[in-house]
Amino acid sequence: MAELTNVITPALDVQERRIDYYPTHDYNGYQLRPGKPYPFGTTLVPGGVNFSIFSNHATACTLVLFEKGGGTPLVEIPFPDSFRIGNVWCMIVFGLDVETLEYGYRLEGPWDPTAGQRFAPSRIILDPYAKAVGGREVWGQPPDWNDIFLQRGRLIFEDFDWEDDRPCEIPVEDLVIYEMHVRSFTADPSAGAKHPGTFAAMREKLPYLKALGINCVELMPIFEFNECENDRVSPETGERLFNYWGYSTVAFFAPKTSFAATGKFGMQVDELKTLVKELHRNGIEVILDVVFNHTAEGNEMGPTISFRGVDNQTYYMLTPEGYYYNFSGCGNTLNCNNPIVRNMVLDCLRYWVAEYHIDGFRFDLAAILGRDPWGTPMPNPPLLETLAFDPVLGKCKLIAEAWDAGGLYQVGSFPAYGRWAEWNGKFRDDWRRFLIGEPGMAGAVAQRIQGSPDLYGWNARGTTASINFITCHDGFTLYDLVAYNDKHNWANGEGGTDGGNDNHSWNCGWEGETDDPAIRELRRRQMKNAWVALMVSQGVPMVLMGDEVARTQFGNNNAYCQDNHLNWMDWSQCAQNADLLRFAQRMIAFRHAHPVFRNIAHLTNTDYAGSGYADITWHGTEAWQADWSDNSRVVAFMLDGRHAKGATQTDDMIYVIFNAYWDALHVRLPGLSHDRRWHLAVNTGMPSPRDIHPTGTEPPLDNQGSLLIGPRAAIVLVGR
Amino acid sequence: MNITVSQRGEVSIAAILGEIDGKTAPLAQAQLMPILEATNKVVLDMSSVSYLSSAGLRMLLVLYRQATARSGKVALVGLSEEIKDTMSMTGFLGFFEVSDTLDAGLLSLA
Repeated sequence: MAELTNVITPALDVQERRIDYYPTHDYNGYQLRPGKPYPFGTTLVPGGVNFSIFSNHATACTLVLFEKGGGTPLVEIPFPDSFRIGNVWCMIVFGLDVETLEYGYRLEGPWDPTAGQRFAPSRIILDPYAKAVGGREVWGQPPDWNDIFLQRGRLIFEDFDWEDDRPCEIPVEDLVIYEMHVRSFTADPSAGAKHPGTFAAMREKLPYLKALGINCVELMPIFEFNECENDRVSPETGERLFNYWGYSTVAFFAPKTSFAATGKFGMQVDELKTLVKELHRNGIEVILDVVFNHTAEGNEMGPTISFRGVDNQTYYMLTPEGYYYNFSGCGNTLNCNNPIVRNMVLDCLRYWVAEYHIDGFRFDLAAILGRDPWGTPMPNPPLLETLAFDPVLGKCKLIAEAWDAGGLYQVGSFPAYGRWAEWNGKFRDDWRRFLIGEPGMAGAVAQRIQGSPDLYGWNARGTTASINFITCHDGFTLYDLVAYNDKHNWANGEGGTDGGNDNHSWNCGWEGETDDPAIRELRRRQMKNAWVALMVSQGVPMVLMGDEVARTQFGNNNAYCQDNHLNWMDWSQCAQNADLLRFAQRMIAFRHAHPVFRNIAHLTNTDYAGSGYADITWHGTEAWQADWSDNSRVVAFMLDGRHAKGATQTDDMIYVIFNAYWDALHVRLPGLSHDRRWHLAVNTGMPSPRDIHPTGTEPPLDNQGSLLIGPRAAIVLVGR
Repeated sequence: MNITVSQRGEVSIAAILGEIDGKTAPLAQAQLMPILEATNKVVLDMSSVSYLSSAGLRMLLVLYRQATARSGKVALVGLSEEIKDTMSMTGFLGFFEVSDTLDAGLLSLA
């Protein structure tokens, strides 16, 4: 074996001999050479930078270079005609300082809105492939709208030392997903973060996530956006309102600079990669919430930042009159089944997997991604198919929010290609309605417990097609779900009309905060019941940041614009609601300990393992007698441990009873084989710490034949 | 940017003065690499470094990688709080032996 020292050849010697590392042209002292069309965007090459941008309708292109923060350009270099290949302008510029350079383009072309052309060569345009964006380094700082170039392309080193890291590839059925917002997690002073609201601060809190037991974080948008794109104030407090959540992408390849404590030094890329690496080291995957349905440019009244000025007709779905289709509810619709845009989306996702080791993606309003350029839903959308079969994305999770703002609702029918999972909105609605005691929900909830075979069984997608959630960033938090009947959205400045009305929530007897101990106890129990529902259902559970400590938005069910306590995690709640946090931790641990909850195929209601029990059996207040009538508010089921993970693993017997009725009930238990006894794992009717017993320490039931379940409670037994 | 080199036993001590950025990082690397190749153990005294840019961090990591390949070692001493913080957040700090004082840095290479 050769010694390592011999392997390390000073590469520069070889490179210096290559003729294409020498300039061929000169423009005002800048040394140039024809570039390479691939890859698009900027690439560092020895001695210089390769700039490449495409537009199918522009007639000429100029590269505009700035010194960082400079008010006027350093130089504007028109691409020589010989530097254009097809519709791609590409050029190498030598001798640039990677760290202090900012760049943009001017693209010439027709201004003919009815024909879909909106070129604006007077404006400097952000590269759609910019890998970092300068100009908005400080969160919340009002922009200087007179700046000739507000959001500026920047260059980055792509040499991060990942060591032996790569995406975790945790089997999807074993995930417990934690949906969170990077800034909200640590912005509050109670977080005690040195750099609040940043990737670095999130990294400081990894021990908390690890202790909670989740093994996947789903980050709300972290691509560059402009939180100050609107100029509105709260009618309640006079505080500035933001595009806080960030569902308004400016640059799909660039991390949000002001989410990085080192963003002011241009090191946001390294900081985010360091966070991902550290999450992986702790066994936690990273899923990004990506917004490919629209951009921050809005409709014809919106600003020209990037895509509109590069090739409006290509990037957006346009009406025959040249206006913007609005299937996103946000002004425009990205033309994602145009072959060019489809390739950009693919380039983008490949980049995030290859360069940032991202484990998966959740696609906002993904039903739009199945519409053709005129908005019609397609049976076989090329974009979704491409992503499903792409080799770089071959092991990553693809999750659809399977509806859009144009009325397309595809839960259960989203084109899946054996890959795509869906946010299961029916799981959320059915469990909510069952838990508040609505009649007629027992049968529906039985489907949700099994991984929704009614939705995903018809084409054999299995349980992992279903991302199970009861709360997410849209809508009430778990606490607000049990503390408010109605939304309270006045602070959003839209007259209280924004946000959904179908909350299926119940305030337990008083709207909002109360000292009434009975109401407070009931709310706690209902939250715990929801935690049980999530963790014992087949499919992939997702929880919302803070639901483990009863985070409240004070009834605001659409806090997209609030940079304050309505969104921020209040870390003092960890102590105040320590009992709930403990319950959530133990409930997650319980799911991890029991593979019987994590089947890939749907349950069959048969005994295919020959154990003497079917994989799942249904019960009621009487063993073996389920009551599916409209009046039934009890659902009980037994999972046979010999059928765990498709009978590939052996687990305990598990018995779960949900009583959504307002009174206590006597329940007869199914018998176990003679060597096993029922042990009490969970009883939400009991006060903490007797509400949940750590795995292995569950006390045996005195009476193995029956038990009393309290009103609106859940009990989980382990048979071993 | 200026580098002063001294020797303590088998360890070289390189004291760096000034800013390490995109312009000075290649110069620093050109000076430090032969020292590393000669002694295999280098303490970088960073107490007079006022600014370390992204390119500067990369220069340090290149030194570290070279040292590791040769079974050598690089220690950093006297990092300012801000530089240490930046190195930590961007993932560079963990690669190095880091000490507050020169003596402790020498000890870490023993």
